[in-house]
Amino acid sequence: MANIMIRQNPAGGLVFYLPKRDLEADIQSLEFDTPEKWGGELKLENGGSYYVDPIPKPERLPISVRARRLGAAED
Amino acid sequence: MSALTREETDALIAEVLEVYPDKAKKDRAKHLMVNDKTLESSKKCITSNRKSLPGVMTMRGCAYAGSKGVVWGPIKDIISISHGPIGCGQYARAGRRNYYVGTTGVDSFCEINFTSDFQEKDIVFGGDKKLAKMINEIEALFPLNKGISVQSECPIGLIGDDIEAVSKKATTELGKPVVPVRCEGFRGVSQSLGHHIANDSVRDYILSNRDGQPFEKTPYDVAILGDYNIGGDAWASRILLEEMGLRVVAQWSGDGTLAEMENTPNVKLNLLHCYRSMNYISRHMEEKYGIPWLEYNFFGPTKIKESLRKIAGFFDDKIKEGAERVIAKYTPMMEAVIAKYRPRLEGKKVMLYVGGLRPRHVVGAYEDLGMEVIGTGYEFAHNDDYDRTIKDMGDATLIYDDVTGYEFEQFVEKMKPDLIGSGIKEKYVFHKMGVPFRQLHSWDYSGPYHGTDGFAIFARDMDMTLNNPCWSKMTPPWLKKPEPEIEKIAA
Repeated sequence: MANIMIRQNPAGGLVFYLPKRDLEADIQSLEFDTPEKWGGELKLENGGSYYVDPIPKPERLPISVRARRLGAAED
Repeated sequence: MSALTREETDALIAEVLEVYPDKAKKDRAKHLMVNDKTLESSKKCITSNRKSLPGVMTMRGCAYAGSKGVVWGPIKDIISISHGPIGCGQYARAGRRNYYVGTTGVDSFCEINFTSDFQEKDIVFGGDKKLAKMINEIEALFPLNKGISVQSECPIGLIGDDIEAVSKKATTELGKPVVPVRCEGFRGVSQSLGHHIANDSVRDYILSNRDGQPFEKTPYDVAILGDYNIGGDAWASRILLEEMGLRVVAQWSGDGTLAEMENTPNVKLNLLHCYRSMNYISRHMEEKYGIPWLEYNFFGPTKIKESLRKIAGFFDDKIKEGAERVIAKYTPMMEAVIAKYRPRLEGKKVMLYVGGLRPRHVVGAYEDLGMEVIGTGYEFAHNDDYDRTIKDMGDATLIYDDVTGYEFEQFVEKMKPDLIGSGIKEKYVFHKMGVPFRQLHSWDYSGPYHGTDGFAIFARDMDMTLNNPCWSKMTPPWLKKPEPEIEKIAA
């Protein structure tokens, strides 16, 4: 489990940030994206994927959440 | 154009790595790359933020350097105690030339070395008592300090002193923030983790101190983050921002104060110059206070123009108009600088090896002067820095991460740059090799280099170094060909 931050980039897409490793990557897809249920599996542009427990859609980004690593992007 | 092609650069890397044993070669190869502008992410071609290889010469610093030297040190009304043996504080004292306005020793303390001067008995019996006594002494001798930070040196972590408890007690006693910073030098692989630790301690002990207190806001409040006022850099940047109609509430941390930092949560926009050392706190403020942040670059007229317009994009027409006015005002001055120095510098090749933001930020300034950056590298960058670098650098240029002394010398010998910009540890090596050199960590005792005022100084300094007559005198007298007789008669 790792703390991650999800923020919006100027283009409107979501950006994933892992402070511990200074890893910044665009989020390609989010499993659940409805007002009641938001989160699930995140697919990153670098090939990695993480899982965030679904929560109601946050009113404001960025938000820090706990995430579980599903597939590593590198090393 | 004499820059190398992609194949030649690849061959150069292979050639330079040839002397290493297999294991070291494999490791170092990952830290060197040939730039390819089409790449989106640096991940596949360069590895960064890894432990330096034992046995090679690295130019990196330590976590204490990142915290005390970079982030905490320049805050002028906070006293930063170098807690531990005396050397770390003494040799890091005032070396970075973070200018400030104030009376040193009365209300400003950057240039003074405060240290607990650990002796053997402090290691054996612990230094907490000494620290508590020291804080009281500081308070008696320097009553105008606004706060104290305790910057741990290696032994503090090794012997397990509880600086948090001492600081907490002192905070209640003094009624001022006393911040314990766990930035022991052995943490992390370079000074980069020190920046992160320092940012986290600012977040935990300083940032929200004034939440809920009244503050007179304007819609044009901004904060300058990650500008350490080296040689007056932050002042040169501030002029431009204020002229376009913005109100600069805080400077982090060059010429900054505790009050400015505590008031930062009230601003509309955080302007981030050094991404590496202050992105952590910017991200935190974005999440907690909803303040957007923006990376900008005030090196060289092209980038200044771009940045001013980008900053103005966050505000209304008044500021947008202000930005255009500022650009129009300084364009003739910038053109004059370029007209004067470009003919003398055109086509010269530069190699850089610095830390933080400079390896990519100054590229624009060199390009404005008609110079070409053929190689660049960071001491302690992470992959997000390289992602940004790839776009700023020319295709097929050499990029090196945590370059070793040997590799850097070899690269210079083979690529033959006309100018090198790096730190003091490299300076005299290259002077002896006969290559013009600028020390780009503290602007070689010159500066400022930021902003329009800074660009004029930057151009002058580059010309002064490159076209210095001393470089033609590198041949020793006994190797010189005898001078023609005629000249002697004329003299």
